[in-house]
Amino acid sequence: MNLTFKLSLFGVFKRFFCAGSLLFLLQALVATAQFKVDVSGVGLTQVPIAIATFKGEESAPQKTSAIVAADLERSGQFRLISAGAAALDELSRPDMPALRQKSADALLAGSATRLADGRYDMRAKLWDVVTGLERNEFRETVAAADLRLSAHRMADWVYESLTGDKGVFATRIAYITKTAGKYSLWIADSDGENAQSALSSAEPIISPTWSPKGNQLAYVSFESRKPVIYVHELATGKRRVIANFKGSNSSPAWTPDGRSLVATLSRDGGSQLFQIDVTTGELKRLTNTAGIDTEPTLTPDGSKLYFVSDRGGSPQIYKMSASGGGVERVTFSGSYNISPALSPDGRWLTYISRVGGQFKVQVMNLSTGQVSAITDTTADERPSFAPNSKLIVYATVLQGREALMTTTLDGKIKAKLSGQSGDIREPAWGPYR
Amino acid sequence: MIKRFYAVLALTVLLSACSSGVKLNDVPVEDKTGSSAVSAVAPAAAPQAESTIAPVITSKAGTMGVAPAGLNVVFFDYDSFTLKPEASAVLERNAAHLQANKQFKVQLEGHTDERGGREYNIALGQKRAETVRRALTLLGVSDAQLEAVSFGEEKPAVNGADEAAYAKNRRVEIKY
Repeated sequence: MNLTFKLSLFGVFKRFFCAGSLLFLLQALVATAQFKVDVSGVGLTQVPIAIATFKGEESAPQKTSAIVAADLERSGQFRLISAGAAALDELSRPDMPALRQKSADALLAGSATRLADGRYDMRAKLWDVVTGLERNEFRETVAAADLRLSAHRMADWVYESLTGDKGVFATRIAYITKTAGKYSLWIADSDGENAQSALSSAEPIISPTWSPKGNQLAYVSFESRKPVIYVHELATGKRRVIANFKGSNSSPAWTPDGRSLVATLSRDGGSQLFQIDVTTGELKRLTNTAGIDTEPTLTPDGSKLYFVSDRGGSPQIYKMSASGGGVERVTFSGSYNISPALSPDGRWLTYISRVGGQFKVQVMNLSTGQVSAITDTTADERPSFAPNSKLIVYATVLQGREALMTTTLDGKIKAKLSGQSGDIREPAWGPYR
Repeated sequence: MIKRFYAVLALTVLLSACSSGVKLNDVPVEDKTGSSAVSAVAPAAAPQAESTIAPVITSKAGTMGVAPAGLNVVFFDYDSFTLKPEASAVLERNAAHLQANKQFKVQLEGHTDERGGREYNIALGQKRAETVRRALTLLGVSDAQLEAVSFGEEKPAVNGADEAAYAKNRRVEIKY
């Protein structure tokens, strides 16, 4: 059972958040779907960290210290300690005894300096409060529009320095909203903020999937009154049709080299898997059954392909060679297993099982075959891994409303991202930037 | 005689205007560059922000013919792709209409109820649409006039989470 609790400091930082976000809203065309993040469930160890207000951030468009604090707090692995009233930056000699008295283990302080060309020089230092020694330094120069990204990169740097694991705060999540008959494809930061619309349509959009380098999305759009696969370059908005064959074209998945998509096409009848060269459009058929083969996903080394097939009489997950052939069944429990996704480190498989009419995220250890159900909800969809293989994002329904959730692989720490109005679904976690 | 000729001519002109189907493998692509850039406006000297995303807005497509009067929809039972006896009236009416108007093309649009995964439901809807396509070709319709596609659970006819709504959503629509 997960423990639910409210973080008292969360409210303080949320106000920082909202002030910063409002400013950004006025500057640029941004989402109507803002996110509210609630963390429920706590891991056993939390690092107590003090984060000082950054020198110069009051006049900057983004409050770096607030973004970093919110990121670390949202992970459930950090406990925020007040840094005190004294002004601190990366050049200070902090009052370590005072911080030790507050039980802080680490201190982060820094500065944001605006340069003549409009860019910002970001500097930070991380101290080990117990020893009083400097642990690590951070420095980068960024455009004003990338201040949030820089803060997320700083949070990743703190996270990795103190936990040993790579952070994913600087990554992005794609998702789709539906409000009053309009569908939109959004790209947001991993905290749900800074959502920007990549596509708006009066017809459904489903199955967004990130290219390995993160500069493109493939997705299925129904704007032509049938499902068609597009590849869309995010920075320019340039997109092209990759698959509009006779019948339905859906379920795109990138090969790790970024050169092809594997997708489900009904051009030859049924729903079968094909590999499509993204540059030449050349097709190669990978499956050959009379039924349904769909939802392909490649292993990180590109050698194998996991997919859903009803060749055994009900939808189950199978794997095969990426060139087709050598099919082996992977799921044996239950009569409905779909939506497979593999962790980038190759160790885990997540998918959806229908159990007693309920649809629930499962996590399978690929070496032992052991499977765990890790959610309390009953309408889960489309799980995918964060690039550090330590978190899963999925869509679900909470109190009658569609929402996105992230969870650790053991299900103990969950965060909810819910849109303000309308429906939200089809999340996809982007790669490292 | 002349009157009929002009009527046919008028009809042909009208029909040729209607039958601009979506060309396969050739859907027009929106090539909108980021003119309304989402990042903050910056002078030319400043570097392009890596957070920029340029928005794209799509537009609707046209139609491919004139439908016969009546409800051109076929319904299915849960987890089923079998045509029910009630379907024959709809199928025969549309088969006759299509044989009489060989320039008409139809899209057979398969749908599911909202239960289950979206992509798997695209495949299930496709199976239903193909069942109807096979039935129409058996009734003499040319395959060139038929395209079977699926909307999965994305376009329900009726909103609701009860069996009554689900039953109305498990369908194939014959769209001209």
